[in-house]
Amino acid sequence: MVYVKVTDETIEKVAALARLNLTSEQEKKMKKTIADVLEAFDNLDKAFDAAKKKEDSVEPAFQPIDMKDVVRADVIEEPYSQVKALSNTKHKEKGFFKGPQQF
Amino acid sequence: MVNYNISVQQFLEKSKSGELDYTEFIPVAMKELQDKNKKLHFMRQPADFDKRVTVEASLYGLPISVKDNICVKGLKATAGSKILEEYKPPFDATAVARMREKGARVLCKTNQDEFGFGTFCTNSAYEIPLNPIDTDRCTGGSSGGAASATASLEIPHIALAQSTGGSISCPAAFCSVVGLTPTYGLVSRYGLIDYSNSMDKIGTMGKTVWDAALGLSMIAGNDSLDQTTLPEKSKDYTELDKATLKGKVIGVPSQYFENIDEVVEKKVRDAISVMEKNGAKIKEVSLPMTEYALSAYYIVATAEASTNLAKFCGMRYGLHLPLKGKFDEYFSRVRSQGFGAEAKRRIILGTFARMSGYRDAYYLKSLKVRRLVIDDFKKALKDVDCLAAPTMPVVAPKFKEIEKMSTLQQWQMDVLTVPANLAGLPMISIPCGDMVGLHLIGDHLQESKILEVAQGYEMAVR
Repeated sequence: MVYVKVTDETIEKVAALARLNLTSEQEKKMKKTIADVLEAFDNLDKAFDAAKKKEDSVEPAFQPIDMKDVVRADVIEEPYSQVKALSNTKHKEKGFFKGPQQF
Repeated sequence: MVNYNISVQQFLEKSKSGELDYTEFIPVAMKELQDKNKKLHFMRQPADFDKRVTVEASLYGLPISVKDNICVKGLKATAGSKILEEYKPPFDATAVARMREKGARVLCKTNQDEFGFGTFCTNSAYEIPLNPIDTDRCTGGSSGGAASATASLEIPHIALAQSTGGSISCPAAFCSVVGLTPTYGLVSRYGLIDYSNSMDKIGTMGKTVWDAALGLSMIAGNDSLDQTTLPEKSKDYTELDKATLKGKVIGVPSQYFENIDEVVEKKVRDAISVMEKNGAKIKEVSLPMTEYALSAYYIVATAEASTNLAKFCGMRYGLHLPLKGKFDEYFSRVRSQGFGAEAKRRIILGTFARMSGYRDAYYLKSLKVRRLVIDDFKKALKDVDCLAAPTMPVVAPKFKEIEKMSTLQQWQMDVLTVPANLAGLPMISIPCGDMVGLHLIGDHLQESKILEVAQGYEMAVR
């Protein structure tokens, strides 16, 4: 397992990526929680030894059950109406979603 | 006054024969809902159940409650989160639509942990439901409202609930009701607000095994609106009249009895003895991957959650703020105000686990451990009909006990439910004591088998 020391910078970086503003108090608590959790979860590597398998030989299970690709007939279907799609927003203009400033 | 404290089966029979006056039933059901909710706070909001309607077969207007994260057209769907306040989906989830097509009627939406993030149903932006057996205790989570309603309502009722890592089994155990979690992909997730899309499952709760089986019969089967549904067609799971424990082989995993509450162990061992006395063969099995499943589960679940929750940014639905500042600032402001503390914790852990440099070490490694967990179960289930274990390691804790627990201690309470959820296996929790559940876990798509064993046990102790 990669040894990770959770620092103030780690939490700040992750929070920025996750688009969350944390107060300094929240950051402090979060740092402790994440550090405790990662320490407890440090046992993952041992699973391969316990199963007597090499990690490289195990395929990741992205789904819990085998799934096949699904295709559908290329038929035009009635799309979701603009009125319905906009029915839950307060920010709209001329039939479009209105977003925040980009630049 | 006619007695409406009858079973779902009796309700359907009386409706079919014309003996039940539905017009009279409606106000009784509404009053019962209001009275019980006043004490227990399980309801997020009522539906238009008091509307006069003509009821139709095969469910004849049977009341169903729907967990807050499952969409019902025109009713608020907030998944217990402030970030979705006021969101009213303009469509029904497939599970709800199928129930309605068969004649069920929505009674109310039920409270839950925010996005399903919790073991005790105490992480909600709205009301915290109480356990009907002891109101100082939690209902279990995350489908706590569903379990509290199922246990307390003295009218025929089935709940639509949902599980990612044990959110049906846990509250079913703590509130002493039956909770059925189907195989991943058997029930469409269309209209379910995602937590962890490779693990989320809609299931059912009822007072009896038959009720839960009826619910599943109504909602299971392939759906073109959810491409991860399995090709299975819907089928009738309620043919349980001839259910027997005779000749059934029940595997008991030794690891599931380590570090558990004495009361829980006794009740579950007693239940296993009942099954043995009624003809089942008990076989000890080993699931050595159990201790690693919790870590893998929390990494996979939070990684998926952090991706799924990225879409909540105050533009198209839910919480809106004045459009000030650049997009990053606006999104961050909305998300910081809208998500609760537990949601923020899981988003941070999940984002970390997917971040460049850590993805292989955490996320991919956890998916490999998930493979080992699946293989572990397949091996154990090879020579048995199903596994039997405690659902939760403790009885429903008191609220004041929960307050003292750290995040990690709370997550560790899921140690017995997450392995089977990580593996997408079907499971059913049935009461075997006050606030204690007997957990039956089957192989993929073996719902009929676990239902038969559950029914056999229920008949033996009835």
